[in-house]
Amino acid sequence: MLRFIVRRLLQLVPILLGLSLLLFTWLRLLPGGPAQAALGERATPEDIERYNQVFGLDQPIWVQYLKFLGRAVQLDFGNSSRTGRPVTTEFLERFPGTIELTVFAMVFAIGLGIPLGYLAARKHGSWIDSTSVIGSLLGVAIPVFFLAYLLRVVFAVDLGWLPGSGRQSVRIDATHVTNFYVLDGLLTREWDAALDALLHLVLPGIALGTIPLAIIVRITRAAVLDVVNEDYVRTANAKGLATATVRRRHIIRNALLPVSTTIGLQTGLLLSGAVLTETVFAFGGVGSALKDAIDLRDYSILQGFILILAVVYVLVNLLVDVSYGLLDPRVRVK
Amino acid sequence: MSAALGDRRREKIDALAARAGQVPEGEGGVSLTRSAIRRLRRDPVAIIGAVIVVVFVVVAVLAPLLAPRDPLAQTLLGQVRQGFIPGAQDGFPLGVDQLGRDTLSRLIYGSRQSLLIGVVSTVLGLVVGMGLGVLAGAFGGWVDTLVMRFVDILLSIPGLLMAISVSVLLGRNQYALMIAIAVTQVPVFARLLRGSMLSQRDKDYAVAARALGVKRSRIVFGHVLPNSLSPVIVQGTLSLATAIIEAAALSFLGLGDPDISRPEWGAMLANAQEVLSIRPELAVYPALCIIVVALGFTLLGESLREALDPKFRR
Repeated sequence: MLRFIVRRLLQLVPILLGLSLLLFTWLRLLPGGPAQAALGERATPEDIERYNQVFGLDQPIWVQYLKFLGRAVQLDFGNSSRTGRPVTTEFLERFPGTIELTVFAMVFAIGLGIPLGYLAARKHGSWIDSTSVIGSLLGVAIPVFFLAYLLRVVFAVDLGWLPGSGRQSVRIDATHVTNFYVLDGLLTREWDAALDALLHLVLPGIALGTIPLAIIVRITRAAVLDVVNEDYVRTANAKGLATATVRRRHIIRNALLPVSTTIGLQTGLLLSGAVLTETVFAFGGVGSALKDAIDLRDYSILQGFILILAVVYVLVNLLVDVSYGLLDPRVRVK
Repeated sequence: MSAALGDRRREKIDALAARAGQVPEGEGGVSLTRSAIRRLRRDPVAIIGAVIVVVFVVVAVLAPLLAPRDPLAQTLLGQVRQGFIPGAQDGFPLGVDQLGRDTLSRLIYGSRQSLLIGVVSTVLGLVVGMGLGVLAGAFGGWVDTLVMRFVDILLSIPGLLMAISVSVLLGRNQYALMIAIAVTQVPVFARLLRGSMLSQRDKDYAVAARALGVKRSRIVFGHVLPNSLSPVIVQGTLSLATAIIEAAALSFLGLGDPDISRPEWGAMLANAQEVLSIRPELAVYPALCIIVVALGFTLLGESLREALDPKFRR
C-alpha cells in the first residue's frame, strides 16, 4: 500500500509541472503581463519597466519560468495587487471557511442522498423512485447561484430564519484560533459563537450541496439496482440468509463503492468550485476572494489561488484513488 | 500507460468509452443508428427531451417573428422609479425589467444567444477534443502518452476555474465566453474518444482491415472512428446543457458578453439579482428557461445513452 501511494505521489510531478507551466504562460499572455498584474491597472509604463528590471522579467523566458517554479515550491506566489499581502497568506486565511462549507455541504448531500438513492432503488418504479430521479435531474439543471439566491431571499430575507451572509454575526465577539469558526467556538468554549457560525453554514451549504446530492442519489440508486441482480446476492438469498443481513453485508457494502468515488470527486470539486455560492452569500472564503479578484483584476491572487486549488483538487483525487484501494481489496491486486 | 491523477475519474470516462458501438445480441443486421432511433421513439423520456429541444430551437430561429416587441426598446422606462418596476400588464404579459424593456421579448430573443453559445462552444470543444482523441487513439505509443498527459493536466483544473482563467485572459466578449466553455469540454471529449477508439482498435473488423493492408488513415477514419462515436454523441448532447448553465455562471461572475444589444438568459438572470426584492419574477423567468432547456438536453442525452449503450439495453 505504501509503495502504491509513493508511486502515485511521484506520478503527480509531471502533472504539477505542466500545471505550473500552464499558469505561468497564462500570466505572461495577459494584457500587460506580470508587471501589470502585480502593479494593478493604473501602473504607468515607467513603473512597469522598473518592475520588469527588478524582478528579472527582461531575462530569457526559461530563466523566468525556473524562478517562478522556485518561488512556487516555496509557496511564494507574489503579493495581491489590492492588499499588498502575500497570496499564500490570503489563501490560508480564507481556506478554512471554504473547507467548513464543503464539509457541511457534503454531510448534507451524503446524509440525504444515500438513503434517498437506496430507497428509490428498493421501491423501484414507485413514486419515491420517480420523484428522486426527477429531483436529481432538476438538481443538476438549476444554476447554482440562482438556487443560492432563492434560498437567501426566502429563508434569510423574507422569513428571517437563518443568516444570509457572512460566516459569523458581527455582534458575536468570537476568538479565532484556527479560522475554522465552528471549531474555534468549540475550542474556546464559546458555544454561542460555534452555533452562530454553524447556522451561517446552513443556507450556503444546502445550495452548494444540491449538485452533489443529485449526483449521489442517482449513483446510489443505479449502484443498488446493479448489485441487487448480482449472482452473489442471489446466492446469499438462496442459502437462506436473513434479508436484513443480505442488505447490509452484500447489497449496501458493494453498492457504496461507486458512491464513495463520487463523494470523493465531488468533495474535490466543491473545495474549488464554491465561487458562485460564496459570492451570493458574501461568505468570505476562497470563492468570494476569487470573485473579488476577477472584479478587481487581481491577477496574482487569481494565478496563485487557481494553482493552489488545482493542486488541492489533484491531491483530493489522489486520496480518492488511495481510499478506493482501502475500501476495495480487488483494486490493490490489479 | 500510467498517469497520475484521478484514476477513478478517468475510469468513469473510459468505462463509458469502452462500450462504444457494441452491437446488442439478437439485433445483428440492424444498424446501430436505426435500432437506436427505434428505441428513442419508444422512450417517453427521449420524446419529452426532444420536444423541449425542438421548441427551443424553433423559438430561437423564429425569434423576430414570435417576439411581440423590440427586446431593446425601453418602452416603459418612464414608469420605472426607485424601488418600483411595473409588473405584468396589457401588452407586457411578463412585465418589464429595470430598464423598461419587455421581458417576454427578451426571453424569446435570449434563446438565440443561449443556443448559439451552447452550440458553438460544444462544437468547438468537440472538434478540438476529438482531434486530440483521434491523434492519441490512432497512433498510440508516445503520441498517446504525450497527448494524454496534456489532457490530464487540463483535467486537473476544475472546470469553472479553467473557464474563469480563459475568460479573464481573453477579455469580455461573446467569443471569449464560448472559448472558455469549450476549453473545459476539450479534455473530456479527448479522453472519451481515445478510450473508445482503443477499445475498437483490436476488434476483428479492424484487425481484418489491417491484415488486408488497408491504409492506416482509411482504417482510422473509415472504420474505427465511426464505430467509436456513440459515447461522444451522448456527451455532446449533455454538454449542451452544461454549456448553457456555465454561460449563465460566467455572466453572473461578470465575465459574460457585455454587449447589451444581445439579450441572453444568463445575463438577464445575473442582472435581475439587483432587483430581486422588488421583482423576483425577473430572475425566475430566465432561470426557468435555463432549467427547462438544460433539462431537455439532459433528458435527450441520457436517453441517447440508453439507446446507444448496450449495457442499458433490455
